Amino acid sequence: MRTPRISELEDLIAKRIVILDGAMGTTLQKHRFSEAQFRGARFKDWPRQLQGNNDLLSLSQPDAVRDAHLGFFRAGSDIVETNTFSSTAVAQADYGMEDLVFELNKTSARIANEAARIAESEDGRPRFVAGALGPTNRTASISPDVNDPGFRAITFEQLHAAYAEQLRGLVEGGVDLIMIETIFDTLNAKAALFAVDDVAAETRLDLRVIISGTISDKSGRLLSGQTPEAFWVSMKHARPLAFGLNCGLGAKELRNYVADLARVADVPICVYPNAGLPNEMGEYDQHPDETGELLGLYARQGFINIVGGCCGTTHAHIKAIADSVRGVEPRHLHHDDRT
Amino acid sequence: MTEARYLQLSGLEPFTLTPEIPFVNIGERTNVTGSARFRKLIEANDYAAALDVARHQVEAGAQIIDINMDEGLLDSEAAMVKFLNLIAAEPDIARVPVMIDSSKWSVIEAGLKCVQGKPVVNSISLKEGEEAFVERARQVRRYGAAVVVMAFDENGQADTLEKRKQICARAYKILTEVVRFPPEDIIFDPNIFAVATGIEEHANYGVDFIAATRWIRQNLPHVHVSGGVSNLSFAFRGNEPVRRAMHSVFLYHAIAAGMDMGIVNAAQLDVYDKIDPELKDLCEDVVLNRRPDATERLLDAAARFKGDGTVEKSTADLEWRSWPVEKRLEHALVNGITEHIIADTEEARLKFPEPLHVIEGPLMDGMGVVGDLFGDGRMFLPQVVKSARVMRQAVDYLTPFMEAAAAANPSAEARTKGKVIMATVKGDVHDIGKNIVGVVLRCNNYEVIDLGVMVPADRILETARSQNADIVGLSGLITPSLEEMVNVAGEMERDGFSVPLLIGGATTSKVHTAVKIHPHYKAGQTVYVTDASRAVGVVSRLLSPDTREGYIADIRSEYAEVAAKHARAELDKQRLPLARARANAMTLDWQGYEPPRPRFLGTRVFADWDLQDLVDCFDWTPYFQAWEFKGRYPALFDDAAQGEAARTVWADTKAVLAEIVAEKWFRPRAVVGFWPANATGDDIRLFTDETRTSARATIHGLRQQLVKRPGRPNVCISDFVAPRDSGRPDWIGGFAVTAGAEEEAISDHLARQNDDYKAIIVKALADRFAEALAERLHQKVRTEFWGYAPDEAIADADLLSETYRGIRPAPGYPAQPDHTEKATLFDLLDAESATGIRLTESFAMWPGSSVSGFYFSHPESYYFGVAKIERDQVEDYARRKGMSAEEVERWLAPILNYTRIRTDAA
Repeated sequence: MRTPRISELEDLIAKRIVILDGAMGTTLQKHRFSEAQFRGARFKDWPRQLQGNNDLLSLSQPDAVRDAHLGFFRAGSDIVETNTFSSTAVAQADYGMEDLVFELNKTSARIANEAARIAESEDGRPRFVAGALGPTNRTASISPDVNDPGFRAITFEQLHAAYAEQLRGLVEGGVDLIMIETIFDTLNAKAALFAVDDVAAETRLDLRVIISGTISDKSGRLLSGQTPEAFWVSMKHARPLAFGLNCGLGAKELRNYVADLARVADVPICVYPNAGLPNEMGEYDQHPDETGELLGLYARQGFINIVGGCCGTTHAHIKAIADSVRGVEPRHLHHDDRT
Repeated sequence: MTEARYLQLSGLEPFTLTPEIPFVNIGERTNVTGSARFRKLIEANDYAAALDVARHQVEAGAQIIDINMDEGLLDSEAAMVKFLNLIAAEPDIARVPVMIDSSKWSVIEAGLKCVQGKPVVNSISLKEGEEAFVERARQVRRYGAAVVVMAFDENGQADTLEKRKQICARAYKILTEVVRFPPEDIIFDPNIFAVATGIEEHANYGVDFIAATRWIRQNLPHVHVSGGVSNLSFAFRGNEPVRRAMHSVFLYHAIAAGMDMGIVNAAQLDVYDKIDPELKDLCEDVVLNRRPDATERLLDAAARFKGDGTVEKSTADLEWRSWPVEKRLEHALVNGITEHIIADTEEARLKFPEPLHVIEGPLMDGMGVVGDLFGDGRMFLPQVVKSARVMRQAVDYLTPFMEAAAAANPSAEARTKGKVIMATVKGDVHDIGKNIVGVVLRCNNYEVIDLGVMVPADRILETARSQNADIVGLSGLITPSLEEMVNVAGEMERDGFSVPLLIGGATTSKVHTAVKIHPHYKAGQTVYVTDASRAVGVVSRLLSPDTREGYIADIRSEYAEVAAKHARAELDKQRLPLARARANAMTLDWQGYEPPRPRFLGTRVFADWDLQDLVDCFDWTPYFQAWEFKGRYPALFDDAAQGEAARTVWADTKAVLAEIVAEKWFRPRAVVGFWPANATGDDIRLFTDETRTSARATIHGLRQQLVKRPGRPNVCISDFVAPRDSGRPDWIGGFAVTAGAEEEAISDHLARQNDDYKAIIVKALADRFAEALAERLHQKVRTEFWGYAPDEAIADADLLSETYRGIRPAPGYPAQPDHTEKATLFDLLDAESATGIRLTESFAMWPGSSVSGFYFSHPESYYFGVAKIERDQVEDYARRKGMSAEEVERWLAPILNYTRIRTDAA
């Protein structure tokens, strides 16, 4: 079943550059939530430390999460991502919260939708919610043990099952599209695509995906060793709603890789870089105006269709980005007469 | 026009089958059904050698490698998974796409779950009917793979041209119409069967294949044709030269018909034109079924072409084996080659006095090269992991020797020197650096307990406690790990630990350690370790009772300093918005102060200033600095190291100076001027006359945007001039002086006479004359021309320490860093015709020994630095100056507190 909302979003992408949100983690960190606040009343006796489990804040501090979304919407975001980057059984195992995965996803999707409806009622512009699927903290293509290169800490099936569980929660809570993001290992992302297929079949929904990889260092490749173009070739069968890169680098460093993808990929290009490179304190300190100007340049050079920010990008960054791409034509897709 | 639709595959790198590529070599050697050698390696579980087979295929030019584990006695699924997982860790193999080859779907699917790239499935067919075919094709599509379709249906394998056409056409229709499989991702295999078997029905197999190929390429748009070429010559097993010739002849014709891929031994393809003509002819008769006795004739001749049957061994790329052992070890580490590592390590062990020296010497050096290449982006992670593996093999080889040495000499450190717990923190998977640190520490007799990657804080603490660790070491590469390290430190403090905590890894830094981690762990000492090579030194100093206290005290004071510096730098980086900086401007009491009026208005020119008068107020210290002496004049003459040389220069200088004064080599010139002026905001308006109605010029100011301590203003030069709305008349002065254009001519002349020494003395003295003239002129301005300090009686020495009232800042210097303001000054003074000084296009003064600036008279005026400014001020300043913001950014580039965006960036 094709949702009218996804058609609306597709029309929007064809018409103008669509704005994504910024970093949920950075925004939530500003509250400096204590261990007790991460726990809330419900998890006050949880046996493990919970501080740092940002996805849990959807349950323990839902207002802060909703306000973070709303801040991005008000700054100009058309799409926000649910607060579910680590809401898989694989990633939640660190906190012993595997059993809460469905609820985490469902609740996070509901919160993002609440924010979307509020924003829509404020200015009448349509807003969309993307269910965020992070890479988990394990790689299906790389052995964590130098001495045993054939070993894998996780299998395709395990990832497939974990993503499917996450997706069922997201769909239950209501999402307009799915975002497979911060991909450092293409095989992990393939497992996510498998899960999307399964859940789409179960729910009879046409779940469209945005696929976004991460260049992890100066070699210009994914952590698992693929070049951006090889990554595109490995993923293009999914016919994603958009394809691109996020995280890893700042807009300045990411430019050539985005240009490469814009050259080869015949789907809309989506980019959301970090606020520069981290300084020696591990902080992202690029000024919003600078991020805005760099991405404005991307737009004027015809690279992008969807743009936003990753680590270190605040409401102010999103506003600066939205301002700098306003009125600039989106990237035109290569003429494609495939049916 | 329909768009070209190319088959695209990928390993670590993409592969596109464009029309420029006539034929794709698919490596056949990693196939247990086709290669007895490979089968034996897999059966013997010798996967290292099996990987070499794959590597050699890629090196020999295979663009795809076919992997087949279909052998009755093997657990084919497990073997497929294991081999593919191992290939993923070999970037020089994994760069090409794989073809997952099995007759069992379960094996294919197990393989598909291991590859991140876009592989080819080999194969599916209509053998089990349409339903199964559609189902499998859909699965292949979900995995994003391309597919080989065998010409096989419910009735068996197609062995005639007609059957081949019929099956391929049917499969194509189903795939494209039902499954919606992209046709460019379909590769037909119309069955290459053995010819020259002696069975008559087989004679036309080659011809039929070629004809089927042509038909498929003409009738089924966008698809490709492939096949297993070795089958063709099955009858000639054992006679490699004949088989190779048959393959080449067959491919020559099949490629012409449209076969664009083939499973071949990439290392053994003969060039069609280079085949012995007689053999070629015999082979063509067979392949093309040109005569009934073709098989017999080839069989008869075959023995003559048998040769020695040996496979040529590649000698290429072995040059590095002739290098010195240190270079060989480095090469092996950088390229991740394990093949000779044990032999080379042994050779190094014999060469060095101690096994440990091999690790600390060539092996660590090699890893250093790896680290540099990774840092530069010239190696990527899977390659680095391979290097670490080579390192580990070498170290493992050396360990027993080191243990034996320790056992033979029990008095010397038989006991371990201490126990170190190491871990990559939660959320992070990077451990190469940590592993190297572990190796180095173990080699130095420390017991290392490595908890691996993604280790939560509680496990680290638990282990440290139960193992009674002497030191805990944390590693991390990604930024969130920094926060986790802070967390671990805090937990250690809470749990009452006091053992030292080491911090290392790519994103860690001394600053972060000092500012963020150290304060959370007061009970123990946190130490940032720059790199693996420092680990032993740090650990031994921390654990030795003799050095421990002093070392920790040193670290603490160093970290206190680092933290203080960081705090200052942070404060320094902060900038106020321009409006707030203006609100904090310097406010002088203009009602209680009457600005002095200069004795004359307009300009006055001074030619031929008395040279000796200037020499009397020379500041000699900068003169000696120009000669690169360090220290102040005249104390410099007593300096043990530089004194003698300085005295020599001094003697020569005095001689030249005497000549200059006596013969009047220079004719110093100066111009000075005063104008009615009042401040308006950050600018100073100059008027033509004292009615102050008609504007003469505007001097633009830049205001400090630093965050100041309470009570300290954000100053701008305009703060020193009475504002327009104060109602007070005020004035401003300007000047330009030069030692004279003669300087250039004289020093050129000396240089031409090869007296460079004297030329430099003259040039440096010219600077002194200009500076002294500026100083002297300023004195006259204060006491006479402006006359606000008529009684000033400052000795020449104090003149240099600038204790007098009023300042003379120059455009382009800290108080007003914009050089373009010099144009206004020069215009006011008509400086060029008055003094001969010209401004270059970058607003430098020519000749070089010239000085210019503005005069301010207010007793509270002082020299200051504008320091870095924000974009808001740049934009405001640009508006005031009537320049574009981009142009202002260009001139003020060094003082921008933000990164300028180049809009011309390509």
